[in-house]
Amino acid sequence: MSAMANPFPQAPATWRLPDRGKVAMAGLIIAESAIFTIFVVAYLFYVGKSLTGPTSREVLEAPIFYTICLLSSSLTIHFATKSLAHDRVGAFLGLWVLTIVLGGTFMYGTGQEWNRLIYEHGLTISTNLFGTTYYSLVGLHAFHVTAGLVMLCLVAIFAVAGRVRVEQSRRVEVLSMYWHFVDAVWVVVFTVVYVLGR
Amino acid sequence: MSILRMKSSALRFLVQTILLLFWSAMAVWASEPNGASPNGTNIFAPASTPAKSIADLSVFVLVITGIIFVVVFALLAYSVVKFRGRAMDAVREPAQVYGSTQIELAWTIIPILIVVVLFLATARVLHAVQDAPQTPGAIEVTAIGHQFWWEFRYPKLGVVTANELHIPVSDPANPTPTFLTLLSADTDHSFWIPELAGKTDLIPNHPNRMWMDPLRTGVFLGQCAQYCGVQHAKMLLRVSVDSPADFAAWFRGQQQPAVQDASVATGRRVFESNACMNCHAVGGTNANGRFGPDLTHLMSRITIASGAATNTPENLRLWIQDPNAIKPGSLMPAMKLSDSDLDAVVSYMETLR
Amino acid sequence: MSSSAITIPGVQIEDKPWVDTLHEWVTTVDHKRLGVLYILYALLFLVVAGVEALIIRIQLMFPHSHFVSPQVFNRLFTMHGTTMVFFMGMPILFGFANYLVPLMIGARDMAFPRLNAFSFWLSALGGFLLYFSLVGANGLYGAGNAPDVGWWAYAPLTARAFSPGHSTDYWTLALLVSGFGSIGTAINIIATILCMRCPGMKLSRMPLLAWLNLVMSGMVLISVSPLTAAQIMLLVDRYLGGHFFDTQAGGSAMLWMHFFWIFGHPEVYILIIPCFAFMSEIIPVFSRKPIFGYPVMVAATVCIGFVSMSVWAHHMFSVGMNSYANSFFTLTTMAVGVPTGIKIFNWLGTMWGGRIQFKVPMLFCIAFLFQFLIAGLTGVMLGSAAFASQLTLSYFVVAHFHYTLVGGVVFGVFAAIYYWYPKITGRMLNETLGKLHFWLFLIGFHLTFDLMHIPGLLGMPRRIYTYEPGRGWDALNLLISVGGFIQAIAIVIFVANLVISYFKGKKAGNDPWDAWTLEWSTSSPPPAYNFASIPVVASRRPLWDLKHPEDPDSRYE
Repeated sequence: MSAMANPFPQAPATWRLPDRGKVAMAGLIIAESAIFTIFVVAYLFYVGKSLTGPTSREVLEAPIFYTICLLSSSLTIHFATKSLAHDRVGAFLGLWVLTIVLGGTFMYGTGQEWNRLIYEHGLTISTNLFGTTYYSLVGLHAFHVTAGLVMLCLVAIFAVAGRVRVEQSRRVEVLSMYWHFVDAVWVVVFTVVYVLGR
Repeated sequence: MSILRMKSSALRFLVQTILLLFWSAMAVWASEPNGASPNGTNIFAPASTPAKSIADLSVFVLVITGIIFVVVFALLAYSVVKFRGRAMDAVREPAQVYGSTQIELAWTIIPILIVVVLFLATARVLHAVQDAPQTPGAIEVTAIGHQFWWEFRYPKLGVVTANELHIPVSDPANPTPTFLTLLSADTDHSFWIPELAGKTDLIPNHPNRMWMDPLRTGVFLGQCAQYCGVQHAKMLLRVSVDSPADFAAWFRGQQQPAVQDASVATGRRVFESNACMNCHAVGGTNANGRFGPDLTHLMSRITIASGAATNTPENLRLWIQDPNAIKPGSLMPAMKLSDSDLDAVVSYMETLR
Repeated sequence: MSSSAITIPGVQIEDKPWVDTLHEWVTTVDHKRLGVLYILYALLFLVVAGVEALIIRIQLMFPHSHFVSPQVFNRLFTMHGTTMVFFMGMPILFGFANYLVPLMIGARDMAFPRLNAFSFWLSALGGFLLYFSLVGANGLYGAGNAPDVGWWAYAPLTARAFSPGHSTDYWTLALLVSGFGSIGTAINIIATILCMRCPGMKLSRMPLLAWLNLVMSGMVLISVSPLTAAQIMLLVDRYLGGHFFDTQAGGSAMLWMHFFWIFGHPEVYILIIPCFAFMSEIIPVFSRKPIFGYPVMVAATVCIGFVSMSVWAHHMFSVGMNSYANSFFTLTTMAVGVPTGIKIFNWLGTMWGGRIQFKVPMLFCIAFLFQFLIAGLTGVMLGSAAFASQLTLSYFVVAHFHYTLVGGVVFGVFAAIYYWYPKITGRMLNETLGKLHFWLFLIGFHLTFDLMHIPGLLGMPRRIYTYEPGRGWDALNLLISVGGFIQAIAIVIFVANLVISYFKGKKAGNDPWDAWTLEWSTSSPPPAYNFASIPVVASRRPLWDLKHPEDPDSRYE
């Protein structure tokens, strides 16, 4: 009977589904973006509303150099990942370490800035609304950079031990997605804090 | 087997229909005003324009949702009864229907139309209630929420009182509505007198405005509706809607400084030498505290402790001796006065008419 | 719960020492076991939070009652709400998702089994932390205090000044920790559904349960994060001297409300969407017809997912937003009722023309439809900002959300338990006890929650430990409490059924309900690896195609 379909279907010729590591990282990025959005909203809501104390205009200096460092680290990690995909392990390791150095420099810059704000201007998280929202937002970002740096260092250690080759390039790519996210968040934070919020 | 199934579905249908009728009857019964004075707290017994606009809109919404309920419930009941399976159906499956675009469109478009109608009806009432301009004859009251009492100030009349609000009845020909500015000294509260208006919150650092124009005299009850801490439940409200003459008499009395009665000088001394005056104010004396209610005309109030007890000498004595006996968790400390001091202070309070 | 589904005759299998079984369960990464752990965990908290509710209802039976102090009452309603939402609702639904999604899409496990286990234990830690407050909340100064700030923890009540001690911090930390667990599970579900479907299972052929859990998980990612953010801000305020919600320093109490409800409203859709999934799987099987309008059901759910992110301020209709904002949120709130209503109509359309079997799962489904209809309509009333200015913060709202959460979520979960218990344990639940459970619970539920609307209409606010007599609330409160006890008896019968049937229930076999999705193709309980070989599908109802080769779905899709 031509109306009878085969009850046991044939598998389709190709059956390609997205990579689960990338999907999961995309999910994490979405969730983290939502958290950052709330802190950004709080920051913008409280612009100009502090009752006392130093204002953003008085004390903030845009960290241009350190921003360039962080954003360049996105470039270096991109090329590092590409190198690994082509099994050029040497180039990968060099670019990877450079990424870590650039990220570390950014963290150093944040530390410098906070030191200046606290000791020269007396601005802490409890000083006023600006202090609370500034340190929370920039601090949340710095925390994510730190977590990223820890992961990057782990990978560097494995790479130096010769354990990172083209077979691991997919996982390294997932990690680099996280790092790109951290940089993208900084673009937003920078714009909100140092450009819009003044 | 089929009898059981039929019994099961018909039984359910029967139970649900009975429930439906029973609760409708209950709702009707419960919505009748209970006749006692003061008035009740029934949102369907409005005595003021904002409450009335809301009640009228509510009836409209209830009718529309009621119709939707009847239609869908009828379809559900019908399908449960008509399409119940029987024993002989064990081998045959019914026609496998996957959907119908026309039906889907119908039951998408009709709800959208209903939504538009309800939205427009609501928006109209919102605008009328929230954006009503203040009329020239309006009484202005500032209500400040505290844990767990209400402070009422009439800035233009120079009156400060607590917990019991007096406002004049409003004649539609010559309206004298009351406009309230709502502030808070600590946490969030909510001012709710159901028969006079919808509720509006008192949020610290966020002043709110509301108004009511009571259309008949009487006493209207309500209470705090936003959880504000341990004694949220006993932050009661009492609004006395007075005739213009009674209202004038009331506020003129409130404008006077405290009665000075020499026979209670001992009690007044106890009051002023203990911590009482740190929290309470008595007009025309040194007592200037703002943390607790103003006591200048304490005896003009029917209740004490924001409605937690009636204003009798016994209750007053108990309240001062041990507030936790009346309102556990209230922020008034037990004053630990000796019996004679306590009696003296109560006598003093009794003179503050 | 044996992991081997096949017995070889003549071979003696030694009984495993119980310690080994315990170890297996504690270290498992198997989605089925983690699913069961989530469900058992949630059922435990259902009972705990249920007892809290009963104590609340005893206190409210009579005006001016002294059964519990106001302090204890305020902790009870805070713990009841927090426990039910976060440690009953979320875990039980994640439990079912965990158990069913891989089976229904023909996969062997979730995408990230270890993340799965980690997320479960994080959520479990959250529940433990919340209840540890009973011991630890006053630090070294003596007995603990459960949090008493309400499950929404409005500022500035949660500030150090108004909530000294640590009870609020336990609330915050418990939810923060379990929130991370929820996000982890949501990521896992999304990755599993998008990346691990068996060959032939295009997204348009996935069971609706998979689709709805996909939407729900997406919503978790976007809406649990705002709560996480707000709680970090609260901790900054309480411990680092921050001023996010410090009204004395110019901070805004409203900001907490907005952040909380941006989480809080999608959260209730997160709780109900998996129950919609249960309806969409169970009603077709007991009507003997496919779901009416599969594509529309998917579209309506996605629509609900998006629109529900725009309605949150209907929880704030009394706080003094301007009339334009109130009108906007009225519009969006009513709009989200449209796709929800469409789903109810589609379930009706599924039953229409069918041959309905009134087994216990179907009884709970029919009750769900009736109750969700009413809940949706009282939701429309609450969505009208003007009407809501009377209804909000009163017992009308309490009645509405219990109608959705008990009448909707709990009834849906009962339907799911009666339906999938045979698959999970290999035994059927007792039908007579099930019917007794159903009818008792139905009667108790309606006695309590139908009546509860009326005190709200008569001006009774919520969260009050006692009330004034003579306002028309007295008799109603008494009857409402009686209904609570009837529901409690029903739950006792239910738990008894779960336990007795585990040992004495009729053996279920692979497919006791003659259903059509992949989980019924494997044994009950399934082996650890789920399927002997990964299935290949060509339609939405692969087992229907197998059972009806003369009229397969694949011809019509």
